[in-house]
Amino acid sequence: MSVHVTPLVRVQAEDFDVGAETALLCQGRTDIGAIVAFTGLCRDEGGKLAALELEHYPGMAEAEISRICKQASARWPLSGLSVIHRHGKICPGGNIVLVIAASTHRQAAFEAASFIMDFLKTRAPFWKKEWMKDGTAGNWVDAKEVDDMASERWET
Amino acid sequence: MRLVYFSWVREKIGKGEEDVELPDDIETVRDLLSWMKTRGEEYEAALEHQDVIRVALDMEHVLHSEKLGTPHEIAFFPPMTGG
Repeated sequence: MSVHVTPLVRVQAEDFDVGAETALLCQGRTDIGAIVAFTGLCRDEGGKLAALELEHYPGMAEAEISRICKQASARWPLSGLSVIHRHGKICPGGNIVLVIAASTHRQAAFEAASFIMDFLKTRAPFWKKEWMKDGTAGNWVDAKEVDDMASERWET
Repeated sequence: MRLVYFSWVREKIGKGEEDVELPDDIETVRDLLSWMKTRGEEYEAALEHQDVIRVALDMEHVLHSEKLGTPHEIAFFPPMTGG
């Protein structure tokens, strides 16, 4: 049932365009029936945050995202998969992460995108540091227990 | 052996990477963490809460109970907060 899918994985400082990435994934395809695109943004934390600085482990970030994509495509019949994660300084309103999952039917696309996000949060080597508007630098964001629980729910 | 550090582990140790000769009697990742803490107070501070420290061998996550083996690169970092 599963089509061979080669996931597109990119870790980059540059911004991305959801429309352009979706078009790229669908180019020349007529078999895709459902696309779920998730975009994670930098929020301003009630107006207090000036920017997030995302540190990553070059090489392992790409490798770990690829491993997560491989697990997702083994679990759901996906026709296409793109994951882009940014690093560096990102201001409120800016894009952080993009997951596009394509399949014949919507359920696989929804679930795969959700699965990938849950595991990106807990296994992809990225760390966020907060830069505040009042000039105070850098508290590292704490990992959330709720994120661990979110990824554990797939262990069935 | 190349050691690399990220996030507040990197900041507390005060460097992002270094090449280190490991003692022969280190068997597991847990042994390695214990030895690392004896290397100076900055290491002791960075790795104080040993259980929360994540370790990757050649860019793959491992449990502290895992055998160390002979990796090229060992990474130490806090729980991840990407996405």
